[in-house]
Amino acid sequence: MKRTVPLIIAIIAGFVLLIANFIPYAEGWGLKAQEWFNILAVGAMILGGGNLVKLHLIKISGQRKGWGYSAVTIGCFVGTLIFGLFKIGVHPNEIYPNVGWSGYYLEGGSGLWWIYQHMIVPLTSMMFAMLAFYVATAAFRAFRAKNTEATLLLVTAGVVLLGQTYAGVWLFEGWLPESMQWLRFDHLTEWVMNIPNTGGTRAITIGIALGVVATSLRILLGVDRSYLGQD
Amino acid sequence: MKKSHTFYIGVFVSLAYSGVASALSFETLPEPPTNLVVIDTPDDAGNSVELDWALSGTDIFNPLNENASDTDPSAIVSTYSIERKISDANGSELDEADSNWQKVSEAGAGESHWTDRTVERGWTYDYRICSVGNQGDSSIWCDAEPVTPVMQMFNMSKVWLAIFMLIFGGFIAYYINYARSGKPLWVRKIAGLEAIDEAVGRATEMGRPVLFVIGIQDINEIQTLAGLTVLSRVAKTAAEYGAQIEVPTCRSLVMAAARETVEAAYLAAGAPDAYQPDRIHYLTDEQFAFVAGVTGYMVREEPAACIYMGGFYAESLILAETGNHIGAIQVAGTAMPSQLPFFVASCDYTLIGEEFFAASAYLSGDPLQIGSLKGQDYGKFFSVLILVAGIFIASIISLSHSEEGLAVDSLNYIKNNMLGSEGLGSFGGGDTDIEGDDS
Repeated sequence: MKRTVPLIIAIIAGFVLLIANFIPYAEGWGLKAQEWFNILAVGAMILGGGNLVKLHLIKISGQRKGWGYSAVTIGCFVGTLIFGLFKIGVHPNEIYPNVGWSGYYLEGGSGLWWIYQHMIVPLTSMMFAMLAFYVATAAFRAFRAKNTEATLLLVTAGVVLLGQTYAGVWLFEGWLPESMQWLRFDHLTEWVMNIPNTGGTRAITIGIALGVVATSLRILLGVDRSYLGQD
Repeated sequence: MKKSHTFYIGVFVSLAYSGVASALSFETLPEPPTNLVVIDTPDDAGNSVELDWALSGTDIFNPLNENASDTDPSAIVSTYSIERKISDANGSELDEADSNWQKVSEAGAGESHWTDRTVERGWTYDYRICSVGNQGDSSIWCDAEPVTPVMQMFNMSKVWLAIFMLIFGGFIAYYINYARSGKPLWVRKIAGLEAIDEAVGRATEMGRPVLFVIGIQDINEIQTLAGLTVLSRVAKTAAEYGAQIEVPTCRSLVMAAARETVEAAYLAAGAPDAYQPDRIHYLTDEQFAFVAGVTGYMVREEPAACIYMGGFYAESLILAETGNHIGAIQVAGTAMPSQLPFFVASCDYTLIGEEFFAASAYLSGDPLQIGSLKGQDYGKFFSVLILVAGIFIASIISLSHSEEGLAVDSLNYIKNNMLGSEGLGSFGGGDTDIEGDDS
């Protein structure tokens, strides 16, 4: 029963969305299914938030390794929750000036807006900026000319890298004959990006699309139930 | 003088004054829009109509208005006012206001299209439009034929998609049935999936946990479901080996589903007591905050194996590079083409696109599921046939420099109808732009 009911729900929801894609009358069904999903997701947020608090409180109470980080997490969680729920610093909406909570929760200058603008945005940007360093280390490893394929990759990467900059033009200025202009790095880059790169990406995309169809059918037909915890 | 005479003189003077004032202001009315065409939106449930019109001659955004800079300022169109009235409510009772002309919308200068999504199926509507100048003066009205929105039973613009789906579905259903009859099916080895047992075994030997990340998408995404199917196998192997598995999630619903999956896997492995629900936990919905949490865990706990299966975005490289730095054996799988190079560069094994979706069938060893893979292969073969046909026809057109004929019509049909949204349509219509169209 624990597996059968979710399986039936998954199959019905899947077929409803499939039909809604082709039958205009059923267009609204897909939107309804999405609304139900959103309602479930909101309910699950409480579950997730509760789980987060529980785990970190256990860590703090047991004074386990790194419990200080958990204390910071709980502090930030509770603080943001209070600022958001009570709309601290939010002015009432102009249409309902007498209703204290009628303002927009992310109103400019409010507490939650401040947390978002001055804490979440910079921290997120910092994590994103780290990508540049990770790209460098990954590229260093990937482009080592260990064999023919890796050498080819290294050369192609070098051409594309230079072709994206002014160096791709500057290096060939003044000496390359007109008939050999196609050898300029910016032209080669354009060719690499438009022909082999696009072709390869499309091949992968077609494979993915067929994989999605096959996986969806396996789930809709109940052949694949492993996502319910059953092989 | 009698009172009545005084009144008539007053009226005469005021009329004369207004006429002179109007004449002296030299105001010119904007020209009206023309050719208002209203049609029932095709392939919908009869809940919208489309309005198209030709821009006014005094609309400075009208490309046909060659003397736009010389247009009389008072006649320049600022907006188009659209009015509607219901002429037949299909037997329903109507408010008097709805039977009369009512303004329903206005479009800005330069706009020549509007969709009315507030119509009732089966009712008949009349529309008219006029241009409104800078001074608020309106042009005369431009009327259209009445329209009655109706519902279409099938979205004909997607008919080829339906045909392709039926063909692929047919292949898959046929091979599932084929496998059910007990006939053997061969599947090539997928190194990444073979390596999962090795990775979990290594973690067991080293006494360190296995980290499993199911991407950052929610449970309604197919990649998350595919990730959960691999998690089921990894959890079962971990339970059999006695290794610990850590599953941080980016969505609450994914956490709930992952717990069910892992619990069932431990039960299937005969080790229900070893299942620790707190090891499958929610971190945050924020993409980079999630990455910070997971990479922090990786650096502190140093898991021996890191497995990434699901939908990933920019965080893929941060996760994989951190795993690489701590020396973990890494297996990744995703259907995000833009993230695949990062996983390939940083992980030991990567499931590329379709391999990721095949993982569930491959790992289960279930003939029915493997049959679906065979059907998928035939679907791929069918796609390749269409691709080759398209390349062949496009090459013929390109080499012969022809602009019409059977080849052009065929290519048009493949592009606009089979791969586009023109449905079954008619053979020989549409335009071809071979150069510069990469759709």
